[in-house]
Amino acid sequence: MTMEEKMGGSNREDEAMDRFPVGMRVLAVDDDPICLKVLGTLLLKCQYQVTTTNQAISALKMLRENRNRYDLVISDVNMPDMDGFKLLELVGLEMDLPVIMLSAHSDTKLVMKGITHGACDYLLKPVRIEELKNIWQHVVRRKKPDSKDRVNALNQDKASGGIGEAVQTSTSCSDQKFNKKRKDQNEDEEDDGEDNEHENDDPSTQKKPRVVWSVELHRKFVAAVNHLGLDKAVPKKILDLMNVEGLTRENVASHLQKYRLYLKRLSSVATQQANMVAALGGKDPSYLRMGSLDGFGDFRTLTGSGRLSSASLSSYQPSGMFGRLNSSAALNLRGISSGVIQQGHPQTLSNSINGRGKIQPVGLPANQNQNGTLFQGIPTSIELNQLSQNKSANHFGELNPVNNPNVFGVATNFPDARMTVGSSSSSLSTPSGSPLLLQANTQQAQHSGAIGNQSSLGVASLNQESFDMGVHGFSNFVDNGRCHENWQNTVQLSSFPSNSLSTCEAFSHEQLHTNNLQESISWRSSHLSDNPIDLSASMANAGLEDSRGDMQCQISPSNNVIHNIDYAAKQQWGENSSFAGADSLVSGAPYVQHLEAGKLAFNTKLRSNEDFLFEQRKPQNEFSQNNFETLDIISSSMIKPEQYNETGMMEGELGYDAFPLGSCI
Amino acid sequence: MDLAALKTQLKNFVQSMFEEGVLDNQFSQIQALQDSTNPNFVEEVITLFCNDAERIINEINRNLGYQNVDFSNLDSYVHQLKGSSSSIGANRLKLACANLRQASDERNKEGCLQALQLITCEYCLLRRKFQALLHLERSIVELETNQK
Repeated sequence: MTMEEKMGGSNREDEAMDRFPVGMRVLAVDDDPICLKVLGTLLLKCQYQVTTTNQAISALKMLRENRNRYDLVISDVNMPDMDGFKLLELVGLEMDLPVIMLSAHSDTKLVMKGITHGACDYLLKPVRIEELKNIWQHVVRRKKPDSKDRVNALNQDKASGGIGEAVQTSTSCSDQKFNKKRKDQNEDEEDDGEDNEHENDDPSTQKKPRVVWSVELHRKFVAAVNHLGLDKAVPKKILDLMNVEGLTRENVASHLQKYRLYLKRLSSVATQQANMVAALGGKDPSYLRMGSLDGFGDFRTLTGSGRLSSASLSSYQPSGMFGRLNSSAALNLRGISSGVIQQGHPQTLSNSINGRGKIQPVGLPANQNQNGTLFQGIPTSIELNQLSQNKSANHFGELNPVNNPNVFGVATNFPDARMTVGSSSSSLSTPSGSPLLLQANTQQAQHSGAIGNQSSLGVASLNQESFDMGVHGFSNFVDNGRCHENWQNTVQLSSFPSNSLSTCEAFSHEQLHTNNLQESISWRSSHLSDNPIDLSASMANAGLEDSRGDMQCQISPSNNVIHNIDYAAKQQWGENSSFAGADSLVSGAPYVQHLEAGKLAFNTKLRSNEDFLFEQRKPQNEFSQNNFETLDIISSSMIKPEQYNETGMMEGELGYDAFPLGSCI
Repeated sequence: MDLAALKTQLKNFVQSMFEEGVLDNQFSQIQALQDSTNPNFVEEVITLFCNDAERIINEINRNLGYQNVDFSNLDSYVHQLKGSSSSIGANRLKLACANLRQASDERNKEGCLQALQLITCEYCLLRRKFQALLHLERSIVELETNQK
């Protein structure tokens, strides 16, 4: 039951702004009806405009519908439908709204958790009116650093182009695809897509300009961070490197903070995954990569454009298989992956895979810009996976950290918002398909190690199997058929064009994610140097941008790309992070090189990702699974689009549900 | 009884609840929130609270009836009840919840049962007093409307 009460006078932003803090719009979320009622009334007494709901899911929905409708969110920690911290992360990443946590418990650990998840404040129940009278300060604090209109307009312009289209496409695709498990997230995604449209349409009417971290922007950011080295990355330098007009140091600083958190999460997931992968034999590094890509992309979506990302991702789902793939594959990249895969130049992919380095840019159809790019990247990743099984693992770990931030963002979109790598298998189903991809990819990469075929298989299986399954081994995947085919094709360069495509898709997603991650992590970029990661990164960054298409292309040229994607995908799953995927990609070091895409800083990272991947995988078996799923998804999508309609990818079913990967996570 | 006397009676009654520790300062805040825009706030909150508390207590009771008690589930219920109690200012009940929480942490079923008994006692006491309070309130409102 959701109670929504709009209280307080006019809802016009103008009024709110003029009389601030009077009229500040607060969204209160608490499952306890008494607390909610008392809180709502207290807030009204403070002269705020209050909206209350007792369900976190509906709160998210409302926020996604119009992020400008609220200034502040107050949420309880213990809620039945969603963990308060999760909601907190999602809101922080997607909408960049200040969130205050509420709880009856004052455990230091809980408070610390709130802080690390990004809460601006932590209040104890019963809440007193004196405390509520001051909460407006958090809104002001947030607003200050944003360069507001300038940056916003900048981002919006970028996003508008790509997203507009993407949104439309994705919205329709996502509708079908989304994993039922992540139903709410699907809705969110859709909402996001729609939201993006709104945003894109009226950038000028934004009352509260925020820096919108589009995929493109994020890519630049990640590239800058990677260039500097994660440890040495300071906002000022990043800002200089990025050379984006209208962006302030504060914008970069806050984004960097989120990114770091994201990476951290990814790393823990990646570690798990890496372990998993290692154990599995790293069949399908590509999967891992794919995951990472995906995750990464998602991340971008989440963090960057928030809604935009989703939209972009959705848009990726372009036509055909890929479209399906995207949705089902839970590759949050949706938009991206679909695009890429569809392009389906399976052959190209296969070639790339076989050739390890011969990946030619698949002539991804222009349907979805992004798609094409992704696709290309994917094959590469796959190859990479094969080659660098171990590396992948390592990378994976790497990716994770990087991915985390991104993935996280992405994940948020999806059901689980945080597709922490390696987190429960269920995460795969999380909407953030991308993250899953990452994970899956990572895993795959790891698993497959040297076996091309296996990689694909592994990937496939991963996808099919929920992440939980971790690296179920390629055989599973293969059995699945859907994925199986795809993967095999891709990996083995075989004739299965679809595989490559799927892979690509996965990668794209991952790449996106991974890119994000990778860029930040700048690890092993040495391996990747090529770009595979770039693709993902760019993709992730671009969110919905068309650049994704570019990214993908980049990937395809190099095997690495595919690999990267894996990582990306894997990463993502492992930890909400597409980043994981990046890792996987990285592992494909040899391939990574191939990824000429280079665009993706991601590629570079992929190499490092390999290591990272493995590391990352460790912690999460589930994560690994996710990766596979991702790959699976991709492949499945390629081959059997219809398969994606299934929702239950995760848990052992490589179903290409909209986001199999999501579920993993 | 005339209006003024009723009001005084209500005030004293609430005061006694404060002194006994049954209610705390939070309840004053709730009372303060009642105004012309929200004339029945106190009553609404009390009603909401009682319904919710009873539901939770029943759930806890049921949970403790099983052979294998799910303590984490129990913990979340206790948490809920504690949150509600503190929001309305039900002091003693909130403290009784802390007891149960501790017993639950220790996985001590016997301790939980005892704590639950205390909670039930406190709740019954509180509910009785709330009912008296509401009765007084309604009488006051009635008189006030009649007078208008």
